[in-house]
Amino acid sequence: MIDRALAPAFRQVENIELIRAKPLVLANGLKVFSIDGGDQDLVRMEFIFANIAYDQAKPLQTFACNTMLNDGTSELSATDIADRVDYYGSFLQTEYTNDHSSVTLYSLNKHLASTLPIVKAILTDSIFPEFELETLVRNQKQKLSVSLEKNDFVSRKTFNHVLFGNSLYGYDISAKDYDRLDRDQLLSYFKAAYQPKNCTVFISGKVKNDAIQLLDKLFGHDWNSDSEVQANRFEFKAAAGQEHYVERPDALQSAIRIGQISINRNHADFPGFQVLNTILGGYFGSRLMANIRENKGFTYGIGSALVSMKNSGYFFIASEVGAEVCSAAMLEIEKEINILKKEPVTESELSLVRNYMLGSMLGSLENALSHADKFKNIYFSGLDYDYYHKYIQTVRTISPERIRQLANTYLDFDGLQRVIVGKK
Amino acid sequence: MAVVNILYDVGARDEDPDQTGFAHLFEHLMFGGSVNIPSYDEPLQRVGGENNAFTSNDITNYYITLPAVNLETAFWLESDRMLSLAFSEKSLEVQRNVVCEEFKQRYLNQPYGDVWLKLRPMAYKQHPYQWATIGKSLDHIEHASIEDVKAFFNRHYNPSNAIMVVGGAVKLDEVKRLSEKWFGNIPSGEKLPRVLPIEDDQSEERKDTVYANVPLNAIYKVFHMPARTEAAYYAADLISDILSRGNSSRLFRNLLKEQKLFSEINAYLTGSLDAGLFVVEGKPLPGISMELAEAAIWKELKRISTEPVPEAELTKVKNKMESTMVFSEMSLLDKAMNLAYFELLGDADLLNSEIRKYLAVGAEEIRAQAAHIFRKENSSTLYYLAK
Repeated sequence: MIDRALAPAFRQVENIELIRAKPLVLANGLKVFSIDGGDQDLVRMEFIFANIAYDQAKPLQTFACNTMLNDGTSELSATDIADRVDYYGSFLQTEYTNDHSSVTLYSLNKHLASTLPIVKAILTDSIFPEFELETLVRNQKQKLSVSLEKNDFVSRKTFNHVLFGNSLYGYDISAKDYDRLDRDQLLSYFKAAYQPKNCTVFISGKVKNDAIQLLDKLFGHDWNSDSEVQANRFEFKAAAGQEHYVERPDALQSAIRIGQISINRNHADFPGFQVLNTILGGYFGSRLMANIRENKGFTYGIGSALVSMKNSGYFFIASEVGAEVCSAAMLEIEKEINILKKEPVTESELSLVRNYMLGSMLGSLENALSHADKFKNIYFSGLDYDYYHKYIQTVRTISPERIRQLANTYLDFDGLQRVIVGKK
Repeated sequence: MAVVNILYDVGARDEDPDQTGFAHLFEHLMFGGSVNIPSYDEPLQRVGGENNAFTSNDITNYYITLPAVNLETAFWLESDRMLSLAFSEKSLEVQRNVVCEEFKQRYLNQPYGDVWLKLRPMAYKQHPYQWATIGKSLDHIEHASIEDVKAFFNRHYNPSNAIMVVGGAVKLDEVKRLSEKWFGNIPSGEKLPRVLPIEDDQSEERKDTVYANVPLNAIYKVFHMPARTEAAYYAADLISDILSRGNSSRLFRNLLKEQKLFSEINAYLTGSLDAGLFVVEGKPLPGISMELAEAAIWKELKRISTEPVPEAELTKVKNKMESTMVFSEMSLLDKAMNLAYFELLGDADLLNSEIRKYLAVGAEEIRAQAAHIFRKENSSTLYYLAK
């Protein structure tokens, strides 16, 4: 008979190998990285541009310019673009984040010669037709009106604004900001931002020579940079923590978002803080989940995270909790933070978290696309692969006492901005 | 890495009409400790693993990903909870609360969140698809007792009702050995025949209007359509792609962009094992009447029901289907889940012939299937209006 009460022997993850990105610079200075691996005959090509020249009088310029890239060029209408992309079974996505705007093509290798020229067209020749802009504005305003009914959305928006003011990271968008968009803004932003010197290309998947040659032919020669790029620079000061309450009398649940400006990936403490964060709220077995969901049943989910951005970073805890237990949940969150500041974590809990984080790191490297994502994280922070070596070392060796110190340095409940949307 | 996926052939359709939401509540309880192992999550996280689960109207699916060297831990945990649960009162009490909060978060405290709680009973009068997996009301979940939990476990959670898929950096011999070791002596249980009411053919158009605290009006239209296992399913799936997949699709292009009637419009299938629903939903722009919006939807549905889809357009949706399948091959977990699902449909190997079935669909089949689905008397329409 097997003894079912006895756990099988197990091992900590030993080797985590990353596929190294291969760098390449094309004749016009365009930086390219390829991450080759996998059996499926497909590639992902990402063209990533830094967000630049932020102007708070035109807060949606960067976003709208990116979103409208597939809305027409001098030769292709939005319809033509969509038809061609879909006909070849490919996916063309625009994505806008705090620091970057990107265009991503997912394509089978066999169709790349038909799909990549579309990307060339939209990156070099987008015209932002007036009627398409009207459609965007009309529909985005409708979408915003629905989002504003969601407590979770409002809490995130309020929180970002409290931390980052009217910068690109924190601007509190309202419907009237969409009305301030115009075609000239988009054209001038397009000209300034979408040039090779402001772009980095990441090719991942089964990367063949043909693909590189095609990329070089289309993007490496006649696509030129012709103006200086004015990078976004933001500086933020941490303010004294306070509560920001948005009352919703009908709320069944309250959205909570608590946090503050913090260190980013460039800081030596970042990996250690990630271990601390995992213990607090970074996985299903975390202290916040164990207490507030699994012990008290106050919520369907609660978590915490560190976010690293180019000009800043922040830490936050977020949840949606029953409106009648909102205050009780806030007290429990405070309690969990204070415990981490006072009591060193036990070896048993820490070894679990070490193993979990290493397994999770290994699991996040499923295919060449995820290896590319890992590389982008370090590349855009100005770091190299040594960062992951240090990260793994920290996860393996950080001491309970060091975690307690980090909690005292980076977590102070009274110093946190506390946003509540709903009832308390 | 390795993945272990276990599908139990039980979903919300197997629930008692007076005790809905139970399959899903039960899924939560599967993490509350088993007969020999007090905590499920803790030992798994300790070996670097992660897990989750979902419940649908048809199935309950549990999955683990973990470093392949620690594969045996997954067998140990999964086999013990298949053998028997701890049935802790505390766990039941907490998970009842957690599920009630989930109910609020997803269905009650969201704009339009309760729409499926209204649409299902409009479309289904006999079949248990008339309730959502979360259940008909908070009430049913609040009254679940530990006896109900035990009975549900004994009935549905046994080897004869489960399909396991193991994948990743594993060896077949080792998987066989571990399966035998950990699952071999669990009593197989009895595979009970499933006797569900069959939905009568709908014979008249159904309409309803509700008012809620939402900023925009919305329209939802659902039609009965073939089950996942029927040959006609593939044509119906391609119809939804022609209407709504990508920016070149008909509803997006014609109704949103050209005619400027909607700010959002979509079509999709529920894809259920028994006869499912074809759904069209949209939010008309301010100033557009519901009647005008609805007439525009009908016009597109009539067009696809009467005019054969042009060859290039059909090729387009097939190409997209094909590339989507190649992309999904990149994810080990997706592959494992798909294999388990197709085994439930009859044979895991069906996954390999899936794309051929889509490629074989012709323009006339699409038209005929559209004409069959998009009939007024086969439709239920809900106007969801801003108060």
